Amino acid sequence: MITDLTLLEAQSALSRGEFSCRELVQACLNRIAALEPDLHAFLHIAEESALRQADTADKKRAEAQQSNTAVPPLLGIPLAVKDVLTVEGMPCTCGSRILEGFVPPFTATAVKRLEEAGMVIIGKTNTDEFAMGSSTENSAYGVTRNPWDRTRVPGGSSGGSAAAVAARDVPAALGTDTGGSVRQPASFCGVTGLKPTYGRVSRYGLIAYGSSLDCCGVLARDAADAAAVFSVMQGRDLLDATTQDVPAAPIALENGGNLRGIRIGVPKEYFIEGIQPAVEEKVRAAIDVLKSLGADILEVSLPHTEFALPVYYLIAPAEASANLARYDGIRFGPRVEGSHLWEVFYKTRGMKFGDEVTRRIMLGTYALSAGYYDAYYGQAQKVRTLIKRDFEQVFTQVDAVACPVAPTTAFPVGAHGDDPLSMYLEDVFTLPANLAGVPGLSFPVGFDADGLPVGMQLMGRHFHEDVLFRMAHAYQQATDWHRRKPNM
Amino acid sequence: MPLSKEEVQHIATLARLELTAEEMERYREQLSAILDHVARLQQLDTNAIPPMSAVFSGDSHLRVDESRPPLPPDKILENTPHKADGQFKIPPVFEK
Repeated sequence: MITDLTLLEAQSALSRGEFSCRELVQACLNRIAALEPDLHAFLHIAEESALRQADTADKKRAEAQQSNTAVPPLLGIPLAVKDVLTVEGMPCTCGSRILEGFVPPFTATAVKRLEEAGMVIIGKTNTDEFAMGSSTENSAYGVTRNPWDRTRVPGGSSGGSAAAVAARDVPAALGTDTGGSVRQPASFCGVTGLKPTYGRVSRYGLIAYGSSLDCCGVLARDAADAAAVFSVMQGRDLLDATTQDVPAAPIALENGGNLRGIRIGVPKEYFIEGIQPAVEEKVRAAIDVLKSLGADILEVSLPHTEFALPVYYLIAPAEASANLARYDGIRFGPRVEGSHLWEVFYKTRGMKFGDEVTRRIMLGTYALSAGYYDAYYGQAQKVRTLIKRDFEQVFTQVDAVACPVAPTTAFPVGAHGDDPLSMYLEDVFTLPANLAGVPGLSFPVGFDADGLPVGMQLMGRHFHEDVLFRMAHAYQQATDWHRRKPNM
Repeated sequence: MPLSKEEVQHIATLARLELTAEEMERYREQLSAILDHVARLQQLDTNAIPPMSAVFSGDSHLRVDESRPPLPPDKILENTPHKADGQFKIPPVFEK
């Protein structure tokens, strides 16, 4: 099946004329139609515009062949987009009732760059409401199922994107990562996911949750595919003042490459009690593979790791409480009528935000309120400095750190019930990268006894995504976990 | 320390959220548990530590201040049925 091809395989098959872009896009749409009743990875399927874009891509390729010119690098490759990134004219709900019916009048910069490179937008994927969650159970439009086991969650919040890539709906998908929302679902679904350095990819059109933490990332079947998408969407954008002017090193992924000269730290704080034994075992085995490829392995310490969770769950909700103030029923989304303006605000927000979003808005409002600001938000910002310094210190010794993505493999739907704090603990190993702004890459390194994927995370220096890709690619050349396919 | 009912009501008011009594009680319990957990930050001495508000501080790039075409107002107004004369329509701000 052509949907089994990786992005790079599909790219060369398209250029050899083995099939047309329309055939590829139609194959993806057919697969989505067949799997969606089970999976629910998508909130919107853009069949009509995808087929139109596919025809345009085929025409472009034919013209380029006639005039003997180059085609855009990703011409005709299907892409799914998490429903917190805007695509002009395509409904965007952020998994929330408060944005039901919203059709954005502009396209996110990351998406726009990929469209300009020829990618075809297949649809919008499911997410926890406003990207707040670790399972997609917080979506107002129903949970996405894990392709490896339909009774389990795909992780979150980019669970729709991870499930769509794992199920071979699409070769690649965009996600966003504020506290682990690309890496953890990538881990749960057995795909490769990158959270870039903060400021590496534009956030214009990424509907804001925690602005000092939000990153637009990519999920794909392997590191080489993710790198191909990342290298197009990254870079300075005039529409996002936090994007940095740091040229991206060309990502040279040679086959049969070794890792000689690369030093990898193993932070002891990431191998703690309570971690599922199979997760530790597979991650340690993967570190051994990296060692056998020539990398030097050192034990290192990130001493403030245990404080990342309380820091994150003050800073992110505080930023969310400000960012989500814009949802007031006036300019977009449904309006709950009231006799005067205040009543519209109270009723619309009270009725249309889901539980987790309401909880985080309240937590953030409290942390920022008079009398509590210094003790909560102010203290969290200071401890955030300590966490960033931990990484600066470790990166004087090593080029990257290797650790688990999450303490467990995919958990059953409903496992965390009405206990938000226990759900937050799922994020302990992914939050630090967001707080420090460093890049993180998640990729599959084995399966537990229930046949569920285990992921490993590599974190690197600011703007050194190329080093992470090189390491993951070398690992994937030596192993075949990333080629395993769920039985669907 | 658990939050009081009055504190939860105050937070909901600040955040412009109308909640039912049942929701108030549930959020009171859950937020109290979360605040208990985050209280562990108090054990760190941070007197000499500067707060971090951004990953790369002080080097936001400002673009040249020149006018560019805005998003078309008609397109923006398409997202609400509540409009008149090219503007958003809202209920009265003040009572008569």
